[in-house]
Amino acid sequence: MSKSILYDATLCINCKQCEVACAEQNKLPYNETIAAEQKQSAHKFTVVLESAAADGKFMRKLCMNCADPTCVSVCPVGAFTKTAAGPVVYDETKCMGCRYCMLACPFGVPKYEWDKALPLVRKCDMCADRVSAGRPTACTEACPTGATIFGERETLIAEAQKRIKEKPDQYVNHVYGVEEVGGTSVLLLSSVPFEQFGYRSDLMHDPLPMLTYRVLARIPDLVGLGGMLLGGIWWITNRRAEVAAAEAPVRAHEEK
Amino acid sequence: MPEKFQLPKLTFWKAALVLIALTGLYATFVRFAQGLGASTNLSDEFPWGIWVGFDVLCGVMLAAGGFTLTATVYIFNLERFRPIVRPTVLTAFLGYSLVCVALLFDLGRSYRIWHPLVMWNPRSVLFEVGWCVTLYTTVLALEFAPVVFERLQLERPRRILRGISIPLVIAGVMLSTLHQSSLGSLYLIVPQKLHPFWYSPLLPVFFFISAIAVGLAMTIFESSMTSKHFGKQLELPLLRELGRILAVVLLVYTVLRTQDLYHRGALKLVLQPSYETWLFLLEVLLGLAAPIVLLLIPRVRQAAGGLYLAAVLTLLGFITNRLNVSTTGMETSAGMHYVPKWTELAVTASIIAVGFAAFALAAKHLPIFSNHTGAPPEAGSRRSKAIFVEKKEEGVLVGR
Ligand code: SF4
Ligand code: SF4
Repeated sequence: MSKSILYDATLCINCKQCEVACAEQNKLPYNETIAAEQKQSAHKFTVVLESAAADGKFMRKLCMNCADPTCVSVCPVGAFTKTAAGPVVYDETKCMGCRYCMLACPFGVPKYEWDKALPLVRKCDMCADRVSAGRPTACTEACPTGATIFGERETLIAEAQKRIKEKPDQYVNHVYGVEEVGGTSVLLLSSVPFEQFGYRSDLMHDPLPMLTYRVLARIPDLVGLGGMLLGGIWWITNRRAEVAAAEAPVRAHEEK
Repeated sequence: MPEKFQLPKLTFWKAALVLIALTGLYATFVRFAQGLGASTNLSDEFPWGIWVGFDVLCGVMLAAGGFTLTATVYIFNLERFRPIVRPTVLTAFLGYSLVCVALLFDLGRSYRIWHPLVMWNPRSVLFEVGWCVTLYTTVLALEFAPVVFERLQLERPRRILRGISIPLVIAGVMLSTLHQSSLGSLYLIVPQKLHPFWYSPLLPVFFFISAIAVGLAMTIFESSMTSKHFGKQLELPLLRELGRILAVVLLVYTVLRTQDLYHRGALKLVLQPSYETWLFLLEVLLGLAAPIVLLLIPRVRQAAGGLYLAAVLTLLGFITNRLNVSTTGMETSAGMHYVPKWTELAVTASIIAVGFAAFALAAKHLPIFSNHTGAPPEAGSRRSKAIFVEKKEEGVLVGR
């Protein structure tokens, strides 16, 4: 079955060890300035957000590695793939840089190398190479408090629900990622509403690709029907001209 | 055909053209030497700007006259519109070619523009659009080729193309229907991001109907322009008829759009003043209210000037619509305002300028306009039925 990450914000101490490990894993620079950046970017795939109220509440952001990912469906060249193990991976040799994935991703995850002449899309790929080798992601391994843990998706969902049940006053009664856009491989627990950290609460529970697929699926029918219809109309409208043409000599003959 | 070099009479426009071209060249240099960050105001929060919103969305929309008019003449057999087919197909062909050029600017890795042709993802709307636009540009080239062959007096290829003219036209209409609507489908995937004035499950339908309206308006606009600048006589009776059809299409669109807004509960948002409300009202006023009112007044509808005005308003209105869908309607959810950088504007302006210049060149050197332009007015259109038949036997693909 597919692997997932569970992040429990109530256990997070903002040590940013996950950020460090992520930068190392993806060969990205990391220093104090980058550590202070409060948003994901082409050089920062995961970020620990501090709440604006500075009340010691934190929240991680990373690619949700959706079950039926929007990015996979929208990319015209199929640069993204959802692997069976869970990670959503990106093939940089295919990407032509249309940035439709950035527009479409409901979590605003794919980021672009805007300052490069030949840019690529960058995002967290849930350490696909480690996960496929049976190892946990770099961020889970680095987390000293167990705020980020790794495991089977079903197991982690059960664990999250258990935690909410045991300490209902400590958690918002919602495991983010179980149902959002058809489910994600990253699951979140928090003591404050997720919207406070920019996680949308209005996402539908069906995968977003359904929205376009419903329309695209009609195209073959439309082509058949439309072609027939247009051809038919042409045949009918031209029939009149043909008849006129055919009748002209006959009529001329009759008149004689 | 006189090919002597004449001293250009539109000196102001020529000067403007040169200036735009120079700025555009420099902007092109910045774009390809330093990348999208240096040449645009795009960002991770706002990945699509006017190169998509105007150059691609509006470009394709403004070129919709091609399929509208070929369908009218070839499928519906309304022969009287034949004299304006050629300039319209030319505009469409130039339009699509320029859309492809604009894409080279917008794609982060332009040299991979061919990737969708070999790396398939049939679940992607953009994949479908890519294929349709490629195929349709080819169809347009083939539809226009007879004009070039005629000029070069190449009879054989001309005859071959004539033989496949109807399948070509049908393919063109199908491809246009698909991608004109699909450009709307592109935005179906962003229900949370696009403002409710514009996000609708009916986006593909709206994009398609408005493409037809714009195709008609563009044909009126273009005929008026060419009559002004190339001294061709105006096909007024034809344009009047187009104006009438335009009014009907706009009315249908208005009814459908209103119903949709009402059923989604977005209509009441019009009463709350906001950034989006003003933009929405602007779009409705320019593209729907004003042209419909104008076209419903017989005196206006009959006059060349009135038709021209209604057409221009329609064009402006739907350009606003496409920009609203692609840029301004996304600003609130992105939490920022997007204002194009000068380089983005310079590239767009140059592309438009190239379009005008190419049209002017083609109009000068190719047999675009029929010889019997504006010949027998109304009376002739009905009486000349017998002539059509003859004409079609020796007809070429694109008008005569
Ligand atoms: S969060 Fe966005 S980028 Fe990540 S898998 Fe889902 S759609 Fe793709
Ligand atoms: S930017 Fe690249 S990865 Fe994203 S949709 Fe376009 S081609 Fe696919």
